[in-house]
Amino acid sequence: MAGLATSLGAGAATNSLAQMPEIDTLFLFGSNPTEAHPIVSIYLKKALRNGAKLIVGDPRKTWMAKRSDVWLNLSPGTNIAMMNGLVHAILKNGWENKEFIKNRTEDFDALREKVKEYNLKTVEKITGVPKQKIIDAARMYSHADKAMIVYGLGVTEHRTGTENAMAIANLALVCGHIGRPSTGIMALRGQNNVQGASDLGPAPNILPGYQPVANADARAKFEKAWNVPILAASGLKSVEMLDMACQGKFRGLYIMGEDPAQTDPNSHEVRRALKSLKFLVVQDIFHTETTQYADVILPGSSFAEKDGTFTNGERRIQRVRKAIEPVAGLADWQIICRIANRMGYPMKYNHPSEIMDEIASLTPIYGGISYDRLERESLQWPCPTKDHPGTKTLYTDLFSRPGGKAKFVALDHKGSGEMPDKEYPFALITGRIREHYNNGSMSRRVPGIMELVPEEHLELNPADAKKMKLKSDDWVSVSSRRGKIKVRVRVTSRSQRGNVFLTFHFPEALSNFLTSEHRDPIAGTPEYKSCAVKIEKLPKSYQA
Amino acid sequence: MSNKKIKIILNGVKTACDKDDTVFNAAKKAGVFIPTLCHDMRLEPYGACRMCSVEVKGVSRLLPACSTPVSEGMDVRTESRTVKRVRKRLVSLLLSNHPNDCMRCETSGACKLQNLAYEYKVDGMEYGGERWKLPIRQANPFIVYEPNKCIVCGRCVRICNEIVMAGTIDFTGRGFNTVPDTAFRVARTLSICEFCGQCVSTCPTGALTDKKARGKGRVHEMKRVKTTCSYCGTGCSFYLNVKDDKVVRVSSDFFGPVNQGDLCVKGRYGYDFIHSRDRIKTPLVKRGDKFVKTSWDRAFAIIASNFEKIIKRHGSDSVGAFSSSRCTNEENFLLAKFVRTVFKTNNVDNCARV
Repeated sequence: MAGLATSLGAGAATNSLAQMPEIDTLFLFGSNPTEAHPIVSIYLKKALRNGAKLIVGDPRKTWMAKRSDVWLNLSPGTNIAMMNGLVHAILKNGWENKEFIKNRTEDFDALREKVKEYNLKTVEKITGVPKQKIIDAARMYSHADKAMIVYGLGVTEHRTGTENAMAIANLALVCGHIGRPSTGIMALRGQNNVQGASDLGPAPNILPGYQPVANADARAKFEKAWNVPILAASGLKSVEMLDMACQGKFRGLYIMGEDPAQTDPNSHEVRRALKSLKFLVVQDIFHTETTQYADVILPGSSFAEKDGTFTNGERRIQRVRKAIEPVAGLADWQIICRIANRMGYPMKYNHPSEIMDEIASLTPIYGGISYDRLERESLQWPCPTKDHPGTKTLYTDLFSRPGGKAKFVALDHKGSGEMPDKEYPFALITGRIREHYNNGSMSRRVPGIMELVPEEHLELNPADAKKMKLKSDDWVSVSSRRGKIKVRVRVTSRSQRGNVFLTFHFPEALSNFLTSEHRDPIAGTPEYKSCAVKIEKLPKSYQA
Repeated sequence: MSNKKIKIILNGVKTACDKDDTVFNAAKKAGVFIPTLCHDMRLEPYGACRMCSVEVKGVSRLLPACSTPVSEGMDVRTESRTVKRVRKRLVSLLLSNHPNDCMRCETSGACKLQNLAYEYKVDGMEYGGERWKLPIRQANPFIVYEPNKCIVCGRCVRICNEIVMAGTIDFTGRGFNTVPDTAFRVARTLSICEFCGQCVSTCPTGALTDKKARGKGRVHEMKRVKTTCSYCGTGCSFYLNVKDDKVVRVSSDFFGPVNQGDLCVKGRYGYDFIHSRDRIKTPLVKRGDKFVKTSWDRAFAIIASNFEKIIKRHGSDSVGAFSSSRCTNEENFLLAKFVRTVFKTNNVDNCARV
């Protein structure tokens, strides 16, 4: 999200989902919506039925890739080279939107010089995508009337994740495909309230509403409202807290609703950090890999047990309503208040609507939001005042950067932190399947789902399978430099040669023991989408 | 969509409508209810059930409102004697091949056919003749299919093919024996089913029902609470159906701004975790290698004293918190506030970056 914020001003999707059926050219990049976002895929399918052209950039042959006009089957971790190649092709053929570049952007020269280094021969070599396909995709995207780039975690979960998002912004800006209905960049968010959690300030360097802690005016506003001094220096990112814990310099941690021991990469290291903590409080609805390390476990409440709001990937703020009493008696917001009161800072709210009123008073992008309004209407931020109708399309006239212009960023291809080699010859991609969700603590408790998808499978290309004399359902061990798991194989052409795929839904075969420690230095996002592994066949007698 | 307005006469009243409207949509916008069995806002008009038949002045036969476009000056009557007689006859014909076992049907109270039979005073005895005697189908872990209750409106087939594009079901058989089903009427084609239950959400009768909710109560017994899904970041809305303080079913919110009633397998059927036996129900504190139950007050006291001790000895920067993109906006805001006001540090982060 920091990527789009650098290029355009705000780290958020530029359009509404409901505009998707009108798209005439869809560029789907690093996203598999038919599995990970089925309802978004319904919109996209509608666009396809309406005749939209489809470009898919994905190393896996997904449902959408099978139906695409151009499938850019790039090697994992070569996103920047791919995007630079597309921009190169567009500029070489004069397909760019000169007026848009002139009037609404800055630093174009830097990009133009940079992409000169990425002629299509070079890009073909790096990405493995034939030159002609790149030209076809560039032509299709640049000649569109309503073109939308929809990207997912295949873009951000790389060590160059932030830069990957900027590279996408470069492409959209070169063609002027932004700031109109059905035309822009949509980032699909993985979890129900990723957007809201980003918006509302549980981050070391920003206060709610993306107001930097470094900004004295912002600090003064919060200091007045909260009646405490706020430090100007950024705090520690989650990964830094864990690193410091290992060094014995960070001692007390309160985790609300997260399972880093399963969902963070390089799980062995995370567990070491959690073990080193002097005091750990974990608040969750189930025992997870993380709760094992807690000193105190607090029972969380599910979404059915509390009032509140979630903000979805298109910036829409929607109500969560209490249907049943909290199973353990207290909702999560009440727990935080009670601890604060106990530690001498009074937090008194009768209802979450009062918390939203406080949010609105301190957070300009949520300034016009109240529970009363949400009963009557559906609002997307920015919504600064009580009479503002909310914003469906961002950047229709100005970008939210200083000067109102979008910024081109010249980027170099860096590749994944770990590439396949002789010892670990396969590139492992991780992701979701439709039936399950993240650490599985919710979906694995649904009997029907467990009937359908009871266990993990490693997706392997038929040619690789043949070479290794493997067939579907055979047991293998998959190992990386960090760990080893045992899974069954599924032979499928969804995986290309040299690539394999695992989910991260099953603790008994946890792919995050394999994933690497590499991270995006700007956002801290781990490189879930690419690491090097080797596969060994287990003897026929092996049983899990 | 063109926004050009034209005028029609609807039951004697001049009514403005969009040029691209169908008679059905124009009437709906004007607040005039036209019954239908085969129409779903999410689908293309189909014109199969003829229940929405209306009289148009100057046209000798009745026209289906769902698939008839409006035209300037069109004079439409939605409740004339002829229209009512035809609708009554249609319901009668449908009931002639229907089990008519409303007293034990899951969908009773939410069934469109039952409502129409009530409205048009049809008892199901008017016509005799052959009835289907097909077995109930329960191979799908989430969906039960009772083909005898099917009225062949095609909504399930169309939503599976038009909207989800899964192609799991289609019409099979011919003539009187035409019925929606999986290929060759065998369960093995379930391998391409997405288990989204879209077919259940659109079925106007009790032919398709949610397996897990069967026997858990009917529509009039439910408290229905509109809320937002807690799985992915799409933000679909739906209704939690609650009976005796238990969530027993999820049903579509057809006016949801994001999803208009569409849901996926997790949204519609992934709610069992709420009442799972594994839920943590009391605060727990570690004693040696074990966790033991404790009271909220005791837990808060332990938490406060431990954090206070660490802060006193090692400073505010030695503590911090992780927030969660699974929690609400209000909770994320509160935790951000908590760390800055209680811990007095900026050491707070969330998994949004992950």
